[in-house]
Amino acid sequence: MTIIVNGEARQMADGITVRQLLDELQIPPTRVAVEVNLEIIPKSAYAERALQDADKIEIVHFVGGG
Amino acid sequence: MSQGKLTIAGREFNSRLMVGTGKYASNDQMVAALEASGAEIITVAVRRVNLAEMGKGCMLDFIDPKKYTLLPNTAACFTAEDAIRTCRLAREAGLSDMVKLEVLGDEKTLFPDNEELLKAAKVLVGEGFTVLPYCSDDVILCKKLEQLGCAAVMPLAAPIGSGLGIRNPYNIKIIMEAVKIPVIVDAGVGTASDAAIAMELGCDAILMNTAIAGAKDPVAMARAMRLGVEAGRLAYEAGRIPKKLYATASSPLTDLIGS
Repeated sequence: MTIIVNGEARQMADGITVRQLLDELQIPPTRVAVEVNLEIIPKSAYAERALQDADKIEIVHFVGGG
Repeated sequence: MSQGKLTIAGREFNSRLMVGTGKYASNDQMVAALEASGAEIITVAVRRVNLAEMGKGCMLDFIDPKKYTLLPNTAACFTAEDAIRTCRLAREAGLSDMVKLEVLGDEKTLFPDNEELLKAAKVLVGEGFTVLPYCSDDVILCKKLEQLGCAAVMPLAAPIGSGLGIRNPYNIKIIMEAVKIPVIVDAGVGTASDAAIAMELGCDAILMNTAIAGAKDPVAMARAMRLGVEAGRLAYEAGRIPKKLYATASSPLTDLIGS
């Protein structure tokens, strides 16, 4: 399936979970927030939440700012 | 040196200087400047993870979460909707409810869009956020933000990053008289005397980024700002003498040597 992660199209295995996506991208889950189709996914749900074809995912974290 | 503590939403802080984490030449320089500033609250921005550079680690790898309270901002948000979304993401990423809410109205001035700010503040307070809004130096607006349940108001002293200093001391003074929540001057400071002036006015705290990060020696400027804030606060608490037009001698005018 194809999902959009931070604006980029990516090929992923069907039914991959948020947790698996983060692992695949080597992103430690503790310091990010994940939004799927504008819905924020609580960290406790990363392992269960399965993604679907065409889902739009935003993965954000903190950077320097004022 | 004993100075009263800063209390925001029931939490006490020793430092009245809040600093940003943007624009530093390196993470090491940022860490050294934060340390030199003595700040306990530091602002951060919320941005997309750069998927290509994830291996390089993130900013939080350099910051001790036990030492600093992170204050995520909504910089670059121009609508209430975007700001609210950013705050919700920040809460999920940082597991804290405290946010610096800014809704900008214009790219050239970076002045707040106060209408959108009020809208966002109302929603976020309703969702349990501790909202610290960056706002105009307008007392009516600040009173409205207080009534909505904001934990502080953060009026600007001059445009963000301008270094023009405290351009509006009388407006800031009026705001301090009108609201009971902390008044934190946010934006506009250029050097240590500006920080001292803000604190001498009686502001509860001051937030700055560019004045430190953009200085030739950011670590030295961070220390200068710390001292400026402490000196200004002490002077405020000490109570300055009234200004007078004419001289008053400091030495006795009696028992003068005879002619």
